[in-house]
Amino acid sequence: MTRVVITGMGIYSVIGKNLTEVEDSLRNGRSGIVFDPARKAMGFRSALTGIVERPQLKGILDRRLRIGLPIQGEYAYLSTIEALKTAGVDQSYLDTHEVGILYGNDSSALPVVESVDILREKKDTMMIGSGYIFQSMNSTVSMNLSVIFRLKGVNFTISGACASGSHAIGIGYMLIRQGLQEMIICGGAQEINAESTASFDALNAFSIRESEPLRASRPFDRDRDGLVPSGGAATVILESYDAAVRRGATIYGEVIGYGFSSNGEHISMPNVEGPVRAMKMALRDAGIDPSVIGYINAHATSTPAGDNNEASSIDIVFGSTRPLVSSTKSMTGHEMWMGGASEVIYSAIMMSKGFIAPSINFENPDEMTAKLNIASAMTPVEFDAFLSNSFGFGGTNSSLIIRKV
Amino acid sequence: MMQNDEIIRKINQLLVEEIEIEESQIHPAADLKKDLGIDSLDFVDLFVIIENIFGFKMKAEEMADVKSLQDFYNYVINRINPN
Repeated sequence: MTRVVITGMGIYSVIGKNLTEVEDSLRNGRSGIVFDPARKAMGFRSALTGIVERPQLKGILDRRLRIGLPIQGEYAYLSTIEALKTAGVDQSYLDTHEVGILYGNDSSALPVVESVDILREKKDTMMIGSGYIFQSMNSTVSMNLSVIFRLKGVNFTISGACASGSHAIGIGYMLIRQGLQEMIICGGAQEINAESTASFDALNAFSIRESEPLRASRPFDRDRDGLVPSGGAATVILESYDAAVRRGATIYGEVIGYGFSSNGEHISMPNVEGPVRAMKMALRDAGIDPSVIGYINAHATSTPAGDNNEASSIDIVFGSTRPLVSSTKSMTGHEMWMGGASEVIYSAIMMSKGFIAPSINFENPDEMTAKLNIASAMTPVEFDAFLSNSFGFGGTNSSLIIRKV
Repeated sequence: MMQNDEIIRKINQLLVEEIEIEESQIHPAADLKKDLGIDSLDFVDLFVIIENIFGFKMKAEEMADVKSLQDFYNYVINRINPN
């Protein structure tokens, strides 16, 4: 079967708007979390959020290509520009090859709210204009980017809750491995706005450590009290190994394993057994022993139950080898639909540069998280392969394994 | 009552600022679709912009014979200043 490698990466996140800035934040344990007074005024239980400045694309993209993009589409446009650039892929390559796109996205709330607000005020759908329909659909990112970059290959969106970005890479890996595509733009995008997170805030799942935003997201720590919503976009260029070598492309890593499962239980409460099956499936797919994994980028969002169950899952699969574990969500917050893709990029940066980013705010373990080998400080270490976990509502689980080439 | 040259000035301005058409392309004989690149989706946005600026609703069926920018000037002028 065809080997699948990562030849390009791009990121627009709350800890940096490009790979260089993100690497610096990862090394220094820099948080992108703030307190947003506007959310408090709206009636949020928790006004904590990751934040990144809105891209200004006027003058960069012409109007027709721009007005169908919601905010997460703008993030994704910029992360994809960076990914294509690092891959050495220009528009003429895209025009002459069958390049696809599979992007993770699971909401586009703000344009839905805004367009209905217009309708309610004007009582005339014709006053909504042409952009909102293309901004409102879940497939907005793949829909817009495929037109902007004139793509000719596979083109759809993966909605798998907070594992969307990870599943997008997993499905892209499978299509290339099967020989059905040579190159696919994969990634995940997440809107940052109050409208998209209000109903999530209603579940009492967010941290209320509002007086200490930088200390609020504390995966695996004994005193964690919930997640912090965040967002941005992350793009990886997946390519067949042969095509990458033919082009002389830089290879950031090889995707060797994808495991997936469904818990088959509660809609929001995670379990132990589902993630265990996903991780074991990824190891089986990769054909490697757990000892090959030098680092696990945990899903760990900083919720009491979720981190507890993931710690148990990791202990079951990796208890005998105890690789270093961290959660980059300690810095980024929970990037939700984007997280599975961004965390592959964060981990690939660490693997190529020989360090593991600190799981910041991990100060004291509890009984279960004490079983893990958690990197609480920046750790210089060479490792040859990592596993990235992403789990979501509905009990969807995704585990990806990437190794050095 | 808005004078015709004021109406034309406002139309030119909205085409440049809202539809982002190059100012140099704007001349009365320009074909809206072929020369200015205004497609069916842009007409949807023109509907919103025209109502916001001039306060009337364009009707799709009235646009059938509007081909050039001069036709569009005439259409808007006739809607604002009938006769």
